[in-house]
Amino acid sequence: MGILEVKGVNKRFGGLQALGNVNLSVKENSVHAIIGPNGAGKSTLLNCLVGKLIPDTGSVMFDGQSVLGRKPHEINQMGISRVFQTPEIFGDLTVMENMMIPIFAKRDGAFRMHAIENMMAEKDVVEAAEHMLEEMNMADKRGMHSASMSRGDKRRLEIGMCLAQEPKLLLLDEPTAGMARADTNNTIDLLKQISDERDITIAIIEHDMHVVFSLANRITVLAQGTPLVEDDPENIKGNPKVREAYLGETA
Amino acid sequence: MFGLNKKDSALLLAVAVLTMLAPFILNPFPTDSGLAQFNAGYPDLMQRFVIFGIFAIGFNILFGLTGYLSFGHAAFLGVGSYSAVWMFKLLSMNIIPAIILSVIIAGLFALVIGYVSLRRSGIYFSILTLAFAQMSFALAYSVLTPITNGETGLQLSLDDPRILDGASTTGSLPVTSLFGLEMREAVDMAVGPWSFTFSVGYYVCAVFMILAFYLAIRIFRSPFGMMLRAIKSNQQRVSYTGLNPRPYTLAAFVISGMYAGLAGGLLASMDPLAGAERMQWTASGEVVLMTILGGVGTLIGPVLGAGLIKYFENIFSKINDNVLHGWFSFLPDGIEDFIVTIIHPFVGKGWHLTLGIIFMLVVTFLPGGLVEGGQRIARMFRGKKKTGGADAAKTEAAE
Repeated sequence: MGILEVKGVNKRFGGLQALGNVNLSVKENSVHAIIGPNGAGKSTLLNCLVGKLIPDTGSVMFDGQSVLGRKPHEINQMGISRVFQTPEIFGDLTVMENMMIPIFAKRDGAFRMHAIENMMAEKDVVEAAEHMLEEMNMADKRGMHSASMSRGDKRRLEIGMCLAQEPKLLLLDEPTAGMARADTNNTIDLLKQISDERDITIAIIEHDMHVVFSLANRITVLAQGTPLVEDDPENIKGNPKVREAYLGETA
Repeated sequence: MFGLNKKDSALLLAVAVLTMLAPFILNPFPTDSGLAQFNAGYPDLMQRFVIFGIFAIGFNILFGLTGYLSFGHAAFLGVGSYSAVWMFKLLSMNIIPAIILSVIIAGLFALVIGYVSLRRSGIYFSILTLAFAQMSFALAYSVLTPITNGETGLQLSLDDPRILDGASTTGSLPVTSLFGLEMREAVDMAVGPWSFTFSVGYYVCAVFMILAFYLAIRIFRSPFGMMLRAIKSNQQRVSYTGLNPRPYTLAAFVISGMYAGLAGGLLASMDPLAGAERMQWTASGEVVLMTILGGVGTLIGPVLGAGLIKYFENIFSKINDNVLHGWFSFLPDGIEDFIVTIIHPFVGKGWHLTLGIIFMLVVTFLPGGLVEGGQRIARMFRGKKKTGGADAAKTEAAE
């Protein structure tokens, strides 16, 4: 049994079968990549995992509990954090405030009316946020407006915000899309370090084969809404079906 | 001081001092001088400054922090006024129970309206709040006449029960008071050619505004305030960070509704009557203008905006043709008439035109409102003293 079990998931948008009978099992503490050509249904699948979409049929179990019908914030509180394709951070807030919010969410749950307390007087949150910023090598940027940072730094901050919640599963949606080579390599190193040092499962959707083969220890290939194969990276590289469906065009 | 950092304490102190000294500051011209009509230091107007200041501070907690633009906040002001007048009619002329009831009732109204309206965001939210406010206005104006007294407005009458006060013996309408201290009581002080008026009503309102301002600072600096700013900045990330945005926005909506209720209760406490026109959409639009003019999301901005608009409404609107002719009488007749004709549309009844031009200029050149204007001026002065000061000032947040 994996930490994330997707069984028989179907999703239809009008006449388009976006997902057809998807089965997926993500093992605990693995780095699982989901790859596939454009329109393969990768993002639809991801959206079904985080509560943005509800599948027409099938089940999605996380850590022994169903996530279907739950709202995004409830699923997040169960232990799934998501990193978006374009970094989703709080652009109007400082880096430090960005980092404090997930820690408050972890400590206080989905809603708490703490309207009179001074936020900087919450020592445990401030300390945890500072610690996390140091770990992300961003301590010197703590007072900066996060919108004014480079894309690579925004990505780093977003990953840091997700990690600050100590999630069991980290979902990444093309984390290096549109990045310069140097930033991509930095992100790969960061993710490697995260999966080595932490008790965490990572599921990653990616286009860039360099990223996939540097990180993943398990790969699912999706084509036209259905999983083609699920195997170890070495076997995927040599698989003729995969070459034909996907790699053949690019590699 | 009071759990605030140095900068916020200084701001609070400045606001407190300015409101306490307002009778002096707003009366800079001697009573007999030609400029005396620009004096704003009379109780009625000063009360409006601080009451609408409270209204705008509360509105800014919703609009400035969460970015949800409510176009129906006047409904809560009106509800507050009606509640207060009913308290004067039924219980006592003491303003404290009246104000407590206005805040509670306005809060309950905000809870219901907010619960429904906050299911949508952006323009749909604004339209929903506008619809609710117009429905409240229509109800107050006609259907609910037994409660609101329709278009006449709700007033006191001699045969009201007033359980705590007992029957009136004097045969005249009782006046609002704070434990016997009458709101309309005032002391005049003459210093040379100047004359200053200190009224009980104004100081009661001023104390409420300072408290309301202090509470707003605390909310802005709290984790709750930070969550609201996060919702304005990126609602998607808020959801995917395990926070439920709905109760946060609803809480902000109710708090700002209660501020509006407090303002409405104070309006009725200064002058115990309530009319439906207080709930009309123009009144809701006015508080939006105040907030944007002063500076959305800043602490002091809404108060400045409220002051400016009320000043225009009451002072600028009194400049009529006679006054203009008086000013320009030193010019030859033809030129005098010409100049008066030019200025005429912008003053007196045309004060809205000037306000509109100012609003356009502020929104175009100072998107941060009057507060941004103040900051730019401060930066200019600082920049002259020492180079490099400009960058330091830039990082100091507007709040």
